[in-house]
Amino acid sequence: MTDLKMDATVPATDRPSSPSGLRRAIQRVGTHNFSLLIALAILIAIFGTLRSDVFFSLRNILNIGQAIAILGVLATAQTIVIVSGGLDISVGAVVGLSTVCIALAVRWTDSTALSILFGVAVGAVAGLVNGLIITVGQINAVIATLGAMAIFRGVAFIISNGQSISIFDPAFRYIGDGKLMGVPVTILVLVVVVAAFFVLMRYTVIGRNIYAIGGNPVVARLAGIHVQGYQIGIYTLSGATAGLAGMLLAARTSSGQPISGSEGLELEAITAAVLGGCALAGGKGTILGGLLGVLIIGVLDNGLILTSVPTFFQMVAKGVLLITAVIIAEQQARRYG
Amino acid sequence: MPQVTGTRAGVAPVSGTDEVGRSGRAEAGEPAPALAAVRVSKQFGVVRALDHVTLSVHSGEILALVGENGAGKSTLIRILEGVFPPDRGEVFVRGVRQDVRSPSDAHRLGIRVIHQEPDIVPDLSIAENLFLGGFRRRAGMFLDRTDLARRTVTLLAEFGLERDLDPWLRAGDLRPAQRQLMEIMRALRGGLRVLALDEPTSSLTEEESQRLFRIVRRLRDDGVAVIYISHRMREVRDLADRIAVLRDGRLVAVRPTGAFPEADIVHAMVGRPIADLFDRGARRRGGVMLSVRGLTTKRVRDVSFEVRAGEVVGLAGLMGAGRSELAEAVFGHDRMLSGSVAVNGKPIRLRSPADAINAGIGFAPEDRKSQALLLLRSVKDNISLTIPDLISRLSFVDFSAERRIVKAQADRLRIKAPNLETLASSLSGGNQQKVVLGRWLARRPKVLILDEPTRGIDVGAKAEIYRLVSELAAEGIAVLMISSEMPELLGIADRILVMAGGRVVSELARGEASEERILSLAMAEHLTSSDAERTQ
Repeated sequence: MTDLKMDATVPATDRPSSPSGLRRAIQRVGTHNFSLLIALAILIAIFGTLRSDVFFSLRNILNIGQAIAILGVLATAQTIVIVSGGLDISVGAVVGLSTVCIALAVRWTDSTALSILFGVAVGAVAGLVNGLIITVGQINAVIATLGAMAIFRGVAFIISNGQSISIFDPAFRYIGDGKLMGVPVTILVLVVVVAAFFVLMRYTVIGRNIYAIGGNPVVARLAGIHVQGYQIGIYTLSGATAGLAGMLLAARTSSGQPISGSEGLELEAITAAVLGGCALAGGKGTILGGLLGVLIIGVLDNGLILTSVPTFFQMVAKGVLLITAVIIAEQQARRYG
Repeated sequence: MPQVTGTRAGVAPVSGTDEVGRSGRAEAGEPAPALAAVRVSKQFGVVRALDHVTLSVHSGEILALVGENGAGKSTLIRILEGVFPPDRGEVFVRGVRQDVRSPSDAHRLGIRVIHQEPDIVPDLSIAENLFLGGFRRRAGMFLDRTDLARRTVTLLAEFGLERDLDPWLRAGDLRPAQRQLMEIMRALRGGLRVLALDEPTSSLTEEESQRLFRIVRRLRDDGVAVIYISHRMREVRDLADRIAVLRDGRLVAVRPTGAFPEADIVHAMVGRPIADLFDRGARRRGGVMLSVRGLTTKRVRDVSFEVRAGEVVGLAGLMGAGRSELAEAVFGHDRMLSGSVAVNGKPIRLRSPADAINAGIGFAPEDRKSQALLLLRSVKDNISLTIPDLISRLSFVDFSAERRIVKAQADRLRIKAPNLETLASSLSGGNQQKVVLGRWLARRPKVLILDEPTRGIDVGAKAEIYRLVSELAAEGIAVLMISSEMPELLGIADRILVMAGGRVVSELARGEASEERILSLAMAEHLTSSDAERTQ
């Protein structure tokens, strides 16, 4: 950036600055994304050396992919919410609610498509409720979605009677475990969702406006953007995505569960988004960064299991490794950025 | 008031030379001033905020400091308080040269500044706020509440407030006037020698103001040197022993109040040559483009006016007169309680700025950094923010169309930046303002509202903005321009509306308008309207 400031007297043209190839590559992916890539490379190098026999096997790679699919979907949606200057703490609860609704819908309708649609719709309505509380009620997003989280959890318990509801529909087993052209379906869902969000944020006016709202809502409003409408839309999208994540979880576990499997997902999603470069103040962050954050967490989890680190030590190691990886990566990036 | 004006009674000619040469040093036979600034200069970027100002205030006198917005009053006070050091010049306290490096240095020297918004800890009690940092303890660690209450009541009694205020009342629940008094009391605690008050009455009622004046006079009689900053002519002339006028960072006059009639004060405040910056070109006025009728909001009362195509209408007034609030209401940012706005004859329903934009209005707000620019986004993103319809199909951005439109604006406005991807935060103030203008020009607006478009930008960029405004008017755009710099309004506007107390109090044609006229209209109304408010 400093080299841009130096010749500030040159009139603006679209002449691209032409630094070295490496620097151009870094600028292209973004400095932060570059540091995340380095962190990821370091983790892969460590676990690849320790368990060179299995780590790079196709099966293990697909394992990682399946393990991160749900988190990946949630974290990229969370990235959009955080970029807009908000936060959605209720997503874990919405996932749980969605699994229960899907399991019940399978029982009632016997239609896979309708059940999935129902789960996504329930998620969207939950998100809409969040959006309305935040905009119409003028309530801080953290408080609003924290309260909503409790409500959604409660509703999931009420309609499921606190019980796990099994799903016997074979289509769900296919979504959870099946492959399409050699690729697990869950990974395909992740790829489609991430691609859609990537295009939304990078190539559309909607994405631009979301960055503007997160950067400064007053500026956005004075530029003619309907800030509240966008906020409602963003939380609805976040809810619908959580509903879709609920489908993945229901398919993986062949059941609808009010809490098990979805508890704590919101924190992991927020962690991944922030690790991926989101500023909690809003206006900054990328879908690619969010996805890289998820990948780092996924590789770390997988590697710790492969190297047979005991569960309790895994938690400590995970924290230490995460912090170390980010520190090293930041320094690397600074050297090249 | 002993020894105050007597020796200085000679009427000072413009330039205040009577003070120059009288350094702050102690001289035989005459007490040193309580506080003196000697040839103090301060530069902010290209703006010369203070230019060799020499001014002193003596124990037992009240010195009023007046001047237009941006004349350097606040800068001088901040230097005396140690918020930042002067670039050149020296500060003397009781005849001794001092480096005042921080407000706590100033406090130690007995210098206290009461700001418009007093700093208090709202969740602590009055007593705790008053003695913060000076608590006495019992048994080494416990707050001695009995002692604290006793000391607080003693202090309150000095101001005759011991019956009104309980020492344990939460400070956040106090009214502005009471907070201000609390701040003064806190100042007294540490041996007060010099007290500066910055626009202290702006949020006080008449009665509260009168009580404040009594206290200030008593402090003066007790030997405190008082510096009093205010816009309100009547207050200044009532209270001050001497009046100093700052203009464009220079001290232009210091005289005893008795020898400084109001008309002379106003003249001293505004009397600068109008720079020859305004090439007005040929303007042809068209039909009425913007029509505002009976517009009323919380801060604006029953305002009606028109701006024709090709016309530049200036909006003058003091700070807080309601000019920005009027602009925000016309742009749909602030809610209208009643009234109507029409563009090109068509009434518009204003629910949000988007409605105003669709009707053809553009608005460059007063505070570029917090209201206009996305500082962490590029020049390109900032300009294309208002033109989503022109740069996209089905919401997908057409990057080449965007680049073409943005580049056209950047070229026309001569925005100086390494490239269009440069972050807005790294541009100079003038170029930032051009980015904001480019955003609206890309939409080809019918009406353009500019709120302080030249604030904080250098003279060269100012001239460019003036030329641009003239060009836009020549193209048939109706321009409404708010400015606190009167020479600029007089130079560029075809008509000037003067606002005070939320109302348009006068409309002056180009020939009739002068700085004196505008200022006295704005200030006279300021006085009466705020008085009227208080008696309600």
